[in-house]
Amino acid sequence: VADTTLTRELTQNPLKKIWVPSSTNGLPERYISQRKVCMTNCPTLIVTVGLPARGKTYISKKLTRYLNWIDVPTKEFNVGQYRRECVKIYKSFEFFRPDNEEGLKIRKQCALAALNDVRQFLTDEGGQVAVFDATNTTRERRETILRFAEQNGFKVFFVESVCEDPDVIAENIVQVKLGCPDYTHCNTEDAVADFMKRIKCYENSYQPLDEELDRDLSFIKIIDVGRRYLVNRVQDHIQSRIVYYLMNIHITPRSIYLCRHGESDLNIKGRIGGDSGLSARGKEFAKALGQFIQSQNIRDLKVWTSQMKRTIQTAEALGVPYEQWKALNEIDAGVCEELMYEEIQQKYPLEFALRDQDKYRYRYPKGESYEDLVQRLEPVIMELERQENVLVICHQAVMRCLLAYFLDKTAEELPYLKCALHTVLKLTPMAYGCKVESVCLNVDAVNTHRDRPSNVDVSRLPEEALLTVPDHH
Amino acid sequence: MKGMPRELTQNRIQKIWIPSKDDKPSMPRTSHGGPHLANPPTVIVMVGLPARGKTYISRKLTRYLNWIGIPTKVFNVGEYRREAVKHYSSYDFFKSDNEDAVKIRQQCALAALRDVKTYLTEEEGQVALCRAEQILTAIFFIESVCDDPNVIACNILEVKVSCPDYQDCNKTDAMEDFKKRIECYRMNYQPLDPDQYDKNLSFIKVIDVGRRFLVNRIQDHIQSRIVYYLMNIHVQPRSIYLCRHGESQHNLQGRLGGDSGLSTRGRKFAGALAKFVKEQNLKDLKVWTSQLRRSIQTAEALNVPYEQWKALNEIDGGVCEEMTYEEVRERFPDEFALRDQDKYYYRYPSGESYQDLVQRVEPVIMELERQENVLVICHQAVMRCLLAYFLDKSADEMPYLKCPLHTVLKLTPVAYGCKVESISLNVEAVNTHRDRPDVRPSTLIRRNSVTPLTSPEPNKKPRIEGLDDTIIREVTPTQLTLCTASHTTLALSTQVSHSYCVISSLHNPVVTY
Repeated sequence: VADTTLTRELTQNPLKKIWVPSSTNGLPERYISQRKVCMTNCPTLIVTVGLPARGKTYISKKLTRYLNWIDVPTKEFNVGQYRRECVKIYKSFEFFRPDNEEGLKIRKQCALAALNDVRQFLTDEGGQVAVFDATNTTRERRETILRFAEQNGFKVFFVESVCEDPDVIAENIVQVKLGCPDYTHCNTEDAVADFMKRIKCYENSYQPLDEELDRDLSFIKIIDVGRRYLVNRVQDHIQSRIVYYLMNIHITPRSIYLCRHGESDLNIKGRIGGDSGLSARGKEFAKALGQFIQSQNIRDLKVWTSQMKRTIQTAEALGVPYEQWKALNEIDAGVCEELMYEEIQQKYPLEFALRDQDKYRYRYPKGESYEDLVQRLEPVIMELERQENVLVICHQAVMRCLLAYFLDKTAEELPYLKCALHTVLKLTPMAYGCKVESVCLNVDAVNTHRDRPSNVDVSRLPEEALLTVPDHH
Repeated sequence: MKGMPRELTQNRIQKIWIPSKDDKPSMPRTSHGGPHLANPPTVIVMVGLPARGKTYISRKLTRYLNWIGIPTKVFNVGEYRREAVKHYSSYDFFKSDNEDAVKIRQQCALAALRDVKTYLTEEEGQVALCRAEQILTAIFFIESVCDDPNVIACNILEVKVSCPDYQDCNKTDAMEDFKKRIECYRMNYQPLDPDQYDKNLSFIKVIDVGRRFLVNRIQDHIQSRIVYYLMNIHVQPRSIYLCRHGESQHNLQGRLGGDSGLSTRGRKFAGALAKFVKEQNLKDLKVWTSQLRRSIQTAEALNVPYEQWKALNEIDGGVCEEMTYEEVRERFPDEFALRDQDKYYYRYPSGESYQDLVQRVEPVIMELERQENVLVICHQAVMRCLLAYFLDKSADEMPYLKCPLHTVLKLTPVAYGCKVESISLNVEAVNTHRDRPDVRPSTLIRRNSVTPLTSPEPNKKPRIEGLDDTIIREVTPTQLTLCTASHTTLALSTQVSHSYCVISSLHNPVVTY
């Protein structure tokens, strides 16, 4: 006789289409979980280490952006910010002199205030990773942090940046220090001179992470902007992902161009998904794209497409080699593939409403969600980080995901980012972020952007649901 | 080139859109999507004293690279030596003042390097313009440094004592001789020096079995993936259990795919699995399922926490989802035949191929490497992919590996490979395995035939319908012999300080020209 061992009944969550036990048998929900990047209950504290102008804040911000994008709630805590709150007006490097007792006291208080906020974020606010961005150049300071982490049950991972190349340091200062609030009232020469003296204040007491003395700590030492790495005692999956990410990023200037395929036959009909070819206007766009790329005179441009006909046709018009990535395929709309929004409302009104309620997490029946897309696109992002000049010809939902990564958009904003047909976005890393230039290639196309309607309730009328559907033939 | 975009046709097996040529079909030079790119071939050189895990790392890395689609081969100089010197007498052979032996060892290294060159160049029908001792390529060194006597003793016992050199010896003598062998090397050992001598080389130094790593000058994507892989593997003893969900409703009806629940017998299996898992008495077992109902239902019976991975979902049958094989044969006879023609590369219309599956499942493999005891409750095609990775099966074999319902495979890493135990839980189930057909179907209806049948060439697949049916192979870009400034030449030095050579061949760019 079949022993069913009290299997709990499963129901499928209507939004994410995940099978979960229905809570009738009293067994706790925590029992099952989705595979996430961070599978432990132990939050991680990432601690930067290094002299000023070694890229610690650059790394902190970039890493935070990446982790948030792959759905690991992360926040950075920049001690310099706390200090600026505390000491309203920055006078000079004297504040940082090792014999400035008053300065030392304030700086210590700021560090502790930041750690306090870290604790709140990781313990009370559901944060999984906190990046503690400060010089942390002495063993003593790092000991304090380790004790703090131990008391609170956080894992610690140090990220040290070591660099003695004067050109790199000078470039850092120009790119990010001169424009910082400390130096708004200064001229360039004075600011640079002051900052160099500031660095000097730290140099004498700097105790870099040491292979022997710090052999029990978990850390990565980044040497000369990624020429070399020393990695010690990676404890878990998230640290391993962080190390992999840090080893793939670079700071060589370059641009990333994102655009969609040219207008397709299904676009014109207002249908989603499918694998149709370009319309006449779409072909025109492809030609215009070719001309645009030529005019940009880009060095060693790599061109990537999805494996769908419309992106490949677009790339073909460029007359240059291109690579097809299945990972860049448009979001799979499952049972809704090739339907018009009006048809989706008619056949699946519940699905249509659920999607408006939580567009990021909503998974089409037998299809994908934006959340799934991000997971699928992560290797593309990793490779984009490795590359230099790249043109990515992709699709609306995919482009939104990629854009959200570069522009640090939240899960809520992501599915509504505007990615119009026949428009190229040129992204150029700058300082701590990304400059965006939007270039419209002046070839008409339908609008495929559907805003969130005000009524997302399941009980809404069809007209309310279809209010924001863009025009089509 | 610009202006008139080339027409596209969809390759019938892989469903890849490629430019079609007007006259005769030429070999398309695109391939599937994936991490890419026009990398020159890579030669990986292992460095380190004996018993530091070099062969272990070489073999494991080679297995991983081949599985993700990068043709890789190991050239083990020790094996060349065993060929040359039929009988090993003692560690005296390795003394640095043994002139005859030194000569033999150098010749072996040279022979190995020549074979490396052949593998990289002539396999693709191109001859590199280079001298025998020099190969223009990307070189990546992997050094294993370890001074923990326990680890070393353990290595010697596990793999050295049973090697052909010591077949006539008892364990103790073998151990002693091997330790003296190590000493012969130690005197001349020059570890990679990142600060001075070797600062321009690309390498990873693995210290103390992965406690620490020093990584220098990663040049490209492949090297970055190799480093990531090496940082995730470990040598802790553990077991990986692979099984499929219990028999499902669709299984009973002979339907593919879908998201049905367990049949009665499937539920019985789930119960039996729970009992089995308990009996294994494992420390900290992780249980992973897909997001499909049948695998989750199976896990539910275990009454332990489990994690759902979308990446473990069964292969997407696209338009064939939920059909029986008979229905597929009726409604899509060409597709049915094409799948049998090349099951690994074949992609269901609007679905996936085994090749796609490998890419999808790779993060699961990476995490399995990090983990210890894990039970993976998945599906037939997925399980075949995972199994092929652990048992080093080729793309050709993978889609035909036997993964019956209601059977658990227990994989335990041992020496250089994996021990497999197959445990049937004695609950009846349908058989869902379709063997490789004996005869390649030649009765396809010829539609849109572009060329007449060509006579089959040796070692090539018979062309049935011309361009459309050929598999798009991963192809070497023609700039194989170009070298850029960033690549170093490997000149054979007289000091044979490296004992093994692993080759990683070219990587498959998916480039359309």
